[in-house]
Amino acid sequence: MLNFLAKRLAQLIPTLFFVSLLIFSLQHLLPGDPALVMAGEERDPAVIEQIRQQYHLDQPIPVQYAYWVKGVLMGDFGESLRNKMPVSSLIAQKLPVTMQIAGMAIVVAFLIGIPAGIISAVKMGTAWDYGANLFALWGISTPNFWLGIMLIFLFSVELGWLPASGYVPLSENWRASLAASVMPAFVLGNAIAAILMRHTRSAMLQVLESDYVRTARAKGLSERTVILKHAMRNALTPIITLGALELGTLLSGAVLTEQIFSIPGFGKLIVDAVFNRDYAVVQGVVLTTATIYITLNLIADIAYILVNPRLRG
Amino acid sequence: MTDAALGTSASLAAAETLESSARRAWRRLMKRRGAVLGLTVIALFVLLTVFAPLIVPYDPVATSWSLVRKAPSMQHWFGTDELGRDVLARVVFGARASLLAGVISVGIALAVGVPLGLLAGYRGGFIDALISRVTDAMLACPFLILAIALAAFLGPSLGNAMIAIGVSATPIFIRLTRGQVMSVKVEDYVEAARAMGNPRWRIALVHILPNILPALLVQATLSIAAAIIAEAALSFLGLGQQPPAPSWGSMLNAAQRFLTTAPWMAVWPGLAIFLVVLSFNLVGDGLRDALDPKAR
Repeated sequence: MLNFLAKRLAQLIPTLFFVSLLIFSLQHLLPGDPALVMAGEERDPAVIEQIRQQYHLDQPIPVQYAYWVKGVLMGDFGESLRNKMPVSSLIAQKLPVTMQIAGMAIVVAFLIGIPAGIISAVKMGTAWDYGANLFALWGISTPNFWLGIMLIFLFSVELGWLPASGYVPLSENWRASLAASVMPAFVLGNAIAAILMRHTRSAMLQVLESDYVRTARAKGLSERTVILKHAMRNALTPIITLGALELGTLLSGAVLTEQIFSIPGFGKLIVDAVFNRDYAVVQGVVLTTATIYITLNLIADIAYILVNPRLRG
Repeated sequence: MTDAALGTSASLAAAETLESSARRAWRRLMKRRGAVLGLTVIALFVLLTVFAPLIVPYDPVATSWSLVRKAPSMQHWFGTDELGRDVLARVVFGARASLLAGVISVGIALAVGVPLGLLAGYRGGFIDALISRVTDAMLACPFLILAIALAAFLGPSLGNAMIAIGVSATPIFIRLTRGQVMSVKVEDYVEAARAMGNPRWRIALVHILPNILPALLVQATLSIAAAIIAEAALSFLGLGQQPPAPSWGSMLNAAQRFLTTAPWMAVWPGLAIFLVVLSFNLVGDGLRDALDPKAR
């Protein structure tokens, strides 16, 4: 276990190094002089020269990279060009909003995906199985921004049950908060539910054929006990860790979902930054998502070993 | 017999077995209703894009102030949009951008990812470690966020969106190819090819690559589905196909603003994306089952 952890952590360092290199080099994809881009409408050579010095753009690229990494390691992602706020405080402000929606989406995904997967495996070849598979195919193939628009049309425009857009913090008014986030959470969780359903189904099918399930049945246990106590517990262990790895899908989906429902979260931050040519914010957001993803990946790996006694050692 | 002659006969034999296994896979694929349905829908959309000007009588970019946001009718089956353009014409012409983006961006990902994966998997050592860590780094950035960031830095256009999606999809192909190569390269026939003194590039291209094609084909088909959604997403955000050229994503963006007065604007482009993506997913799933050696 310790050995594995050490190896896994050692792999993390080069990965993070390349992530930082990747994100840093994005800036150099920009056509033209970054100082001119940062200056925007300003054309005064003195001002441009000042920008160039302030952001170390007059230095060689490896030196620029070193300055950038040094800043990042001290929690300084630079300053937003648009509202002159530090990128780190912008991220700290927007991340909890996305976390709430994403958390609810995960709940939606597990509540739909896992029962659907278990039922379709247990009732393999029946209409239930067929229906669950159709649901999974639908979930994977529906663009979430279209689903969002259609739900707004149905539940806000036609029926008037839910607000079409906006965000209310949970601490402010939990009812209004839930009403505003139920549609975005469903839109975001839907695709992940489909993926979880497929994995749960195949894991359950595999487990149902195993010797210990046959033994449990031979002992005369009821089918219910066999499935809920013996099969499900073993089938679900990898699924739980898989849920953590779907975070990437979740964050990608959040970009569009937040755009459609006008939620002032992480996804909206990166889109607004893209259109305002606020590159420090884009870099900060990508770096933060990558770091969250890598960390969760590591936690999922460790959790997988902890719950699987055969891998402990 | 010379080395070259041996090599040729070996590759001929490989081509023959490949041909017959390809035919077998095709036969198995045709037995799957979902996959046949998917292939049919894809073929229909391809025909639509090729013969678009012959099928729809309207110009997809011609505006008309007297036809702004008209509900579906006999003249305009899918209705008209906020500038009086025919929605059906725009959906049909929009298929071009979507299908092209799907195929070209996955082509880019294959062209970059497969050689790198072959190199990493076959050479091992430092090169493998380097390529693998860069792949990990790219996979750590969520697909769409990476694509958005790349598209933003490259500048908004359909071509740049394809590059951004292609680059973002590359690490999946590197990792898949590498893993497949690692499992194939220890097989006896690869060992035999090596014992006969074949050069490394030849073993990789002639003996290993044909054997990992099935896995790549399945992944490529499923990736086209993901790339079509990604292109629609980038166009929705204004980072893909630029107006007035029609694209399903940008049509949905416009539609959202007129949801209360012209809901039909939102229905058709979304349905088109859904149908095409569903079809590629069905074909991908069917291919996976048809090519699975365990099911033979």
